[in-house]
Amino acid sequence: MVSEKIEAPILTGSITVPKIKENASIDQKCHHAAEKHMEKLGFPGVKPVDWKEKALKKMKELLKKYRSLKVYLDTCVRCGSCADKCHYFLGTGDPKNMPVARQELFRKIYKRYFTVEGKVLGGLTNAEDLTEEVLEEWYTYFHQCSQCRRCSVFCPYGIDTAEISMAAREIMDSIGVGQKYCNEVLGKVYDLGNNLGMPGPALRNTLDFFEEDIQETTGVDVKLPLDVVGAEVLLVSPSADFFSAPHVDSLVGYAKIFHKAGISWTLSSYASEFANFGMFIGSYAVMKKVATRILDEARRLKVKRLIVGECGHAWRVGYSFWNTLIGPLDFLDPKYPIPQHICEFSLDLVNSGAVKFDKSANDEFTVTYHDSCNVARATRMGDKPGGQFEIPRALIRACCNKFVDMPDDVNREKTFCCGGGGGLLTEEIMDLRVKGTQPKAQALKDLMESHQVNLMVMICAICKAHFSHVLPHYGIPMETVGGVHQLINNAIVL
Amino acid sequence: MGDVLEVGEKKVDVDEDGFIQKWDDWDEDVANALAKTEDVNELTKEHWVVVNYLREYYTQYKIAPMIRLVLKETGKRLGQDKAVSNKYIYDLFPSGPAKGACKVAGLPKPTGCV
Repeated sequence: MVSEKIEAPILTGSITVPKIKENASIDQKCHHAAEKHMEKLGFPGVKPVDWKEKALKKMKELLKKYRSLKVYLDTCVRCGSCADKCHYFLGTGDPKNMPVARQELFRKIYKRYFTVEGKVLGGLTNAEDLTEEVLEEWYTYFHQCSQCRRCSVFCPYGIDTAEISMAAREIMDSIGVGQKYCNEVLGKVYDLGNNLGMPGPALRNTLDFFEEDIQETTGVDVKLPLDVVGAEVLLVSPSADFFSAPHVDSLVGYAKIFHKAGISWTLSSYASEFANFGMFIGSYAVMKKVATRILDEARRLKVKRLIVGECGHAWRVGYSFWNTLIGPLDFLDPKYPIPQHICEFSLDLVNSGAVKFDKSANDEFTVTYHDSCNVARATRMGDKPGGQFEIPRALIRACCNKFVDMPDDVNREKTFCCGGGGGLLTEEIMDLRVKGTQPKAQALKDLMESHQVNLMVMICAICKAHFSHVLPHYGIPMETVGGVHQLINNAIVL
Repeated sequence: MGDVLEVGEKKVDVDEDGFIQKWDDWDEDVANALAKTEDVNELTKEHWVVVNYLREYYTQYKIAPMIRLVLKETGKRLGQDKAVSNKYIYDLFPSGPAKGACKVAGLPKPTGCV
C-alpha cells in the first residue's frame, strides 16, 4: 500500500559495503499462500503436525536427487568472498542477507541431521535443530534471495545460493508453508495459461487494440495473430507483454519485426505465458507442468519454430531446462535454435538485411542496457560464448545512435539483480525491494549524470515491472525503463 | 486470510493487500473507503471515469484492461482525441493503474510481472 513508509537509500556515487545491522530486514516477510493456492499445486494446504519429520524427509530426498546441493553444503570454507556481493545485503546491512549466512540457515540443519559431526557434536559444529524458529527464519530469508546467482560468480567454489534457496522453498512447500505471490500465479497458469489470469477473449481484445493502434500510427496493416494452426512460428512471451507498461511496447516491436520479415507467426491463448515460476519455488513437477503447456500447444498448432519473448528467468527455463523437461523438441525445424530468443531472431534479420532501422527515431534517447541475472549468469544465446551479452547489445546498437554500456563491476556476469527477481516481485516486501535496487540504481544514476542516459532497456518482464515501480523512489522517472524491442518498435522501417 | 474494511455499518472482507474479496461487496461507499487506503482523499469525476471503465471491462472480460486500453479509453471518455498519459493515471492513483485503480474499482489484484 502507498501509505507504508519506504526508505530509499541515498545514492552517494559509489557502491559501498554497509555497516552490519542485525535483523535489519527481518520484518520483510512475504504473504503466505492460502490453502487453496497450495493444494492447487499439489502441496499440503496447511502445515501438518509432523511437519519436522516431513521436512527432513524431503531434505533427504533432495540431497539424494541433487548431488550439487550436497556438494554446495559440504564445500563452503567461509572465506567471505560472497559476503558483500548480494544486493539485499548491500541495501539492508542485514547480515543474514550475506549469501554465506543465507546458505548457513540450510547448512546448519543439514549438518545436524545428515552429517556425523553434526549428529555427534551438534552446536559445536554449527549444527542446529529444526525448530519453529528456524522455519520462520527460513521463510523470511529464503524469500529475501532473488536467486540471481551473483554471489556464485565470486565464490571460489562456485557455490550456488540460488539452488539452496530453491531447495529450501521446495521443502517449505512440501510442509504447507508456501509463498502467496508465486503459488497464486502458478495456479492461474494451471487454470488459464498465464500469470495474469487473462482469458482468451481478453487477450484477443488486447491484440485487436494493437492492430488498430499500429494501423493508426503507421498506416501499415500489421497483424498480431492468435491460435493460428500451421503458422511457422509460435511466439511465447511473458504475459506482462499483454498488460503493462513498458512491456507492451516490446510486444508491438515483435509484431512489427515478424511482419517485416514476412514470417508467419502466432501467439497462443493456451500457452500464453513464457514465465515459469516453478523454477523459483524449486519444484521440478510444477515447472514441468507449466512448460508442458507450451509443448502441447506447439504440437497442436503444428508450428516449426519456437521463439520466445523478453523474459529473463524463463529464458533459463527454456534454454537450459526445456530439453530435459519437455524435450526432445525434435518435431521442430532443426535448422533453428530450439528455443530461439527473440533478440537472436531479430539480430539475424538485421544482419541479413531483411529489416532496416531508422536509428534517428530513437535520437531522443541515450540508452544503456541492464543485464538480467538469469540471462547473464544461467544461459547463453546464439552460437558463441557471451552471446547473451553481445546479441542484445548488437541489436540495440543497430537501432539507436547513442548507447552507453554500464560500468564493468555491475555489468554482464557481474550484473546486479533489479531487486525483484526470484519470485519477490510483490508489494509487501517493497522496502526490501527498494533497498535491493540500490546498487543498480547507483550505477544508472551515475550514467544519467555523466552521459545523460535517459533510457535503460532490458529483456526481462520482472526487471521492467520492478524498476518501473522502484526507481521513482530514487528520483528516477519510471519512463527510464524500457524493453529492447521497444527500440525496434520505434525504429523499424515498415 | 486477510482483513476487514469497515464502511459505515458495513464490513467488507479484504485480502492481505486490501483488495475486496467479493465483486458484489463493491459500491460507491466502498470505493471511497478503498480510495483512502490508496492515499486518494476524494474520488473526483476524473477518478470515476477510470473506475467505471475498469468495472465495465472486468464485467465483460474477467480481467482488468491492459494499460494502453486504460489510457486510450480514459482519454476518449474525457472527450479528448488522444490517450491520457501514464503519468495522468499515476497522478490520480499514486500506486498506479494495476494496484491503485484496480483496488478502488473492486477488481482483484492483477498478478504476475506487473
